Amino acid sequence: MTSAVLAFEMAYWQQSVLRSVGVLAAVLLPAGTIVYLFLFKMMSFMQSRLGPNEAGPYGSLQLLAEVGKWIQKEDIFPAKADRKLFAMAPYIVVASVLLVYVAVPFGPDAWFARLDTGIFYVLAVSSISAIGVLIAGWASANKYSLIGGLRAAGQLIAYELPMVLAVVGVVVQAGSLDLFEIVRMQAEGEIFGLSWFGNPFILTQMVGFVIFMIATQAELTQPPFDMPVAESELVTGYMTEYSGIRFLLFFIAEFASAGAFGIIAATLFLGGYWLPGLDMHADYMNVVGPLVLLGKMLFVTFIIFWVRFTYPRFREDQLQKFAWTLLIPLALVNILATMVLKVAF
Amino acid sequence: MSDLLRSYLTVFIFGAVAVGLVGAVLGLGSFLRPKRPRPEKLIAYESGVDPVGEGWTQAEIRYYIFALLFVVFDVEAVFLFPYATRAEAYGWYGVGAMALFIGILTLTILEAWRKKVLRWS
Repeated sequence: MTSAVLAFEMAYWQQSVLRSVGVLAAVLLPAGTIVYLFLFKMMSFMQSRLGPNEAGPYGSLQLLAEVGKWIQKEDIFPAKADRKLFAMAPYIVVASVLLVYVAVPFGPDAWFARLDTGIFYVLAVSSISAIGVLIAGWASANKYSLIGGLRAAGQLIAYELPMVLAVVGVVVQAGSLDLFEIVRMQAEGEIFGLSWFGNPFILTQMVGFVIFMIATQAELTQPPFDMPVAESELVTGYMTEYSGIRFLLFFIAEFASAGAFGIIAATLFLGGYWLPGLDMHADYMNVVGPLVLLGKMLFVTFIIFWVRFTYPRFREDQLQKFAWTLLIPLALVNILATMVLKVAF
Repeated sequence: MSDLLRSYLTVFIFGAVAVGLVGAVLGLGSFLRPKRPRPEKLIAYESGVDPVGEGWTQAEIRYYIFALLFVVFDVEAVFLFPYATRAEAYGWYGVGAMALFIGILTLTILEAWRKKVLRWS
């Protein structure tokens, strides 16, 4: 892909724009459609219903149908809302989610930007969405929205910490922040003298993985952590005043960030684009790698949505207490244990 | 241009394209969607009842305390990352120093616990 583009001798920024458009089209259309269908069918079967089945074969064009429908809806700005901030919030939330995909390694050469501080960048960018949510809640001039926005911000910052601290364990073990290096360490590592399946960090960082998944669930404001959008108390929380395509943008951002966190979890703990038996540096990995990563992402998002439909909602105070008194101390202990083991062996 | 600047330029361009995409979708919508504003439509939605008072009400102070606690641990995480990449090089001295660092900061949680900040009445 790169060489074909380079043949035209374009300026760097032109190439980047082309690649950005290409990747976004590739992520949003096919991958988005597949993931959306998979998740909606799965959710439906868990609730004993059929799910999307009208639009296209087996309901596969449901996402396009949704966009086509929502785009025709009237765009309402409440009279008292802070118009500029109200319009700005969806941009921030969507951009924050899509920027996560920039740093992900999809294959040995299939990447967008190779950042030395890969995982640190991902964590930093993904937490910007908290600002977008807070802005949305504030700008709506609605009591439900404000309460929802504050709850969401409180929850996002409380669970940002366990997530970041769980990642530190992986970084200690890999000795690098670079996501490529983290994948390589998993592919070339060995555990108890066995090396054929490498050392996916889920084996040695099981505690970290569990904390990361719980924190992901909370960052996505999915049940059992969905107090910010608790529909029986707050209508839809910070999204209450949004209508039409702006509402859908928040919704798409939520699903895209489920996918983004799925990919990050797969890269950090499940071996990334690599599978046992494949050569992670070979050329064919540029094609196979993204598919492997997509498969692992579907697996992780399956767990996220499985939990979503299994457990009832926490109370707001239980949520904060769970993060501060259990997850964060546990994550700190995990870091210390990893440090000691890393130095000892 | 160095590789570092180059990769962050990519990030910047990607961000700009993402924002442009949202703008394009919203712009496309403006050709398709109706626009018939009426005063009733523009009232804040509070489950069908006319809103009482301002939307910008005072809120729970606790969130502010959580934000303060967050700053403590977020700064801690920022210091942990550079150490984490070089854990092996620093050996036991590093483990001891970081254990002390984490230990001192963990006292903030204990203090918050003791002051019952985490319990909602």
